[in-house]
Amino acid sequence: MAILECRNLCFAYEGKQVLEGVNFSLNAGDYLCVVGENGSGKSTLIKGLLGLKAPEQGSILLSDGLKATEIGYLPQQTQVQRDFPASVYEVVLSGCLNSLGNRLFYSKELKQRALENMERMGIEDLRGESYQNLSGGQQQRVLLARALCATKKLLLLDEPVTGLDPIACGEMYNLIKLINLCDNISVIMVSHDIHEAVRYATHILHLGHTQLFFGTAAEYRQSSLARRFLGGGQI
Amino acid sequence: MTAMIQMFSYHFMQRALIVGILVSLCAALLGVSLVLKRYSMIGDGLSHVGFGALAVASALNLAPLAVAVPVVVLAAILLLRLRQSTAVKGDAAIAMISSSALAIGVVSLSLSTGMNTEVSSYLFGSVLSLSRGDAVFSVLLSLAVIALFVLFYPRLFAVTFDESFSRATGTKTELFNTLLAVLTAITVVLGMRMMGALLISSLIIFPALSAMRICRSFKAVVLTAAGISVLCFLAGLLASYFLETPTGASIVIADLLAYGICRMVGRK
Repeated sequence: MAILECRNLCFAYEGKQVLEGVNFSLNAGDYLCVVGENGSGKSTLIKGLLGLKAPEQGSILLSDGLKATEIGYLPQQTQVQRDFPASVYEVVLSGCLNSLGNRLFYSKELKQRALENMERMGIEDLRGESYQNLSGGQQQRVLLARALCATKKLLLLDEPVTGLDPIACGEMYNLIKLINLCDNISVIMVSHDIHEAVRYATHILHLGHTQLFFGTAAEYRQSSLARRFLGGGQI
Repeated sequence: MTAMIQMFSYHFMQRALIVGILVSLCAALLGVSLVLKRYSMIGDGLSHVGFGALAVASALNLAPLAVAVPVVVLAAILLLRLRQSTAVKGDAAIAMISSSALAIGVVSLSLSTGMNTEVSSYLFGSVLSLSRGDAVFSVLLSLAVIALFVLFYPRLFAVTFDESFSRATGTKTELFNTLLAVLTAITVVLGMRMMGALLISSLIIFPALSAMRICRSFKAVVLTAAGISVLCFLAGLLASYFLETPTGASIVIADLLAYGICRMVGRK
């Protein structure tokens, strides 16, 4: 059953269209990778899905009780965050913000949820550490734990391995796949790394100002588009 | 010791002590968020606007604080809006607004009374000349600022750390940015009495920067900044009493020393 469906989505900045004709649907448990070159509209689509940018045309339908505010989001890191004095626990706990409702402070259950997600990501030992002193891979785990606090159904990851060394990169991909398989959380990931995308994802969405391809990863491998794109990477 | 007891037997000293501690707390709490959000210059810009508003109020014979608070709050909201628009860059917007406000203040003064003691006290601060009414007003407002900060602490943390994540998970980030700006505006106006328009931004920035040198978590930074801020205020007040130096400047020097110590102790 589809938990998310996009129909004829169209996005524009100041009247100029940057992305059009996006049609795809995501079922529970799917792992969708959004690929495409820089400026192809990937980040715009993410903003649209999160409700941070209103589409010019078309609609995004969420079902199965999923709300736009219940998507676990792992954004690209900003410079401000890299030198932000906050403990790992504080950052992860802030993922529970959307469960706060009208209450002012975090309840015991929410604090427990933050601790559990830290254990799942293997960062419970870093609880009191300062976020800014962590390695790039550890920081991403912290942000992933925070995203898991915000959702039970769908994770949205924006270039989660940018700037990581190859080992941390591989660990991150495995961790995401594990969450996808074990917890049955659907994943939408934006990536530059098309080879890894095809390896881990179940579905691929290829953008280039418009929707160039949507289908399963196996179908994508057979497509002429992929052959050109993948071939370009293997010089 | 007897000198200290004698010092606080004066009513004006008691008022200065209470108001000073509360305003120092407000400034330190907000300072952490402002520094981290790269909004430090807003405090400085607002103090100039505050000076302009006070000068106009004094020229028109209006109650200074009652005019300055709403004007500076409006300016804070405007500055925030300008930062988000792409037409004018944020730092340029602040420079534009603060120098215009200063100019308006100076012109309206020269058209009326000229520089009187009231105005120069707002420029350089004079916490010892607080009237009873001003003191009550300051205490109430600063208690409100502290209460709002504590009540919305989890949300303010989230908005400071990661605005897009907070917005994506349904937090009204604009509302909390505005809240932050309004609280800062109120603190700036209250702090001007103590520090003067020229020195108030150091009250906001220094304790946060000092605390960031030695603490690892956000909560620790906030609490340490509050502690440093109050201690430096007390040190400055004592120094100004015994050495007969200006209060505002003495507090800034205490803050500077505290920053130096934190820098040496801190690992980075």
